[in-house]
Amino acid sequence: MRSIISILLLAFIAWGIVTVIGEIPFGTEKSRVGGHYVDQGREETGASNIVTSVVLNYRGFDTLGEVTVLFVAAIGLGAALATRRKKEKREIEPASLVLYTGCRFLFPLILLFGGYIFIHGHLTPGGGFQGGAIVASAFILVYLGCRGRRISETVSKTIESLGGLVFVVVGLVGLAVGGHYFLLNFLPKGELNTLFSAGIIPILYIAIGFKVGSELAGVIDHLMEESE
Amino acid sequence: MVFSQVIHFLQNHIYYIGAFGLIFIGLLIILVKHNLIKVIIGLSILETGVNLFLIAVGYISNGTAPIFSNPSVETQRMVDPVPQALVLTAIVIGVAVLALALSLAIRLYQHYGILDLRQIREQKW
Repeated sequence: MRSIISILLLAFIAWGIVTVIGEIPFGTEKSRVGGHYVDQGREETGASNIVTSVVLNYRGFDTLGEVTVLFVAAIGLGAALATRRKKEKREIEPASLVLYTGCRFLFPLILLFGGYIFIHGHLTPGGGFQGGAIVASAFILVYLGCRGRRISETVSKTIESLGGLVFVVVGLVGLAVGGHYFLLNFLPKGELNTLFSAGIIPILYIAIGFKVGSELAGVIDHLMEESE
Repeated sequence: MVFSQVIHFLQNHIYYIGAFGLIFIGLLIILVKHNLIKVIIGLSILETGVNLFLIAVGYISNGTAPIFSNPSVETQRMVDPVPQALVLTAIVIGVAVLALALSLAIRLYQHYGILDLRQIREQKW
């Protein structure tokens, strides 16, 4: 009965949507604001990756909100799982030598790759969110491969808070210097396609990279603690 | 006649249809399945469909990624960067929301000892 009602409801919604998306052309330019960002983005922000300039310059305030959503979700996960009393330390079977050595060898390389991704966010496809996810994947490797090693919760919380603080402080400095709006790009734009260009964008992306990486690592820590 | 119209519609909108197909698969799983883990998997599929739809709306025929990796790249054939920027953050937030949902499922399992939504009174519909 329930599935019949659900399928009927979805068929009704699908009929409505099919009649509407028939009107949306595929593959044509639909918004002029996107064209403006592509045409003027390099001069206005100095970043050669236009997606980055949209994320951190034109819509930087949005990104602050999205980072806050991520923060609240991580806090909510901690709150949902932390009400339980701490279990006593259980003995964990250690990993084999090959697995242990392999993951110790790979861990710094994955961290380096994540760092490369978020430092070059304004030049290549990538950025703070992707780099942070790669950094967190290094911690998954440690949690699965080298059982028994854990990240310190204090360190991860400190890095996370510092990342958020750098974002807000840089935005407020832009407000104080320019006087027009939050997250004004007040540093010199530099030469296009070089590492030290695009003003505040690399600083913000490095802050976001650390913040996302430590937040997702904290999420992994909470979930793995639950499974032990 | 009707058949060729349908083919024409499919040719022009196949990406939208794929994205909405994923959205409907996700919604159907959320509505029909009883296991909470399967409902969360449905939520994840639904989110993938929404992201694909946003990217498909921003696509421009034969467009390249909006990145000026070398000076010879021209601005005429570039896809819309705004949906890409939105989806970029939406993916990471989706991971966090998925983790939050899983943590709530863990708490529910610890409390009731079961993940079947038909047998949990507060979750029944």
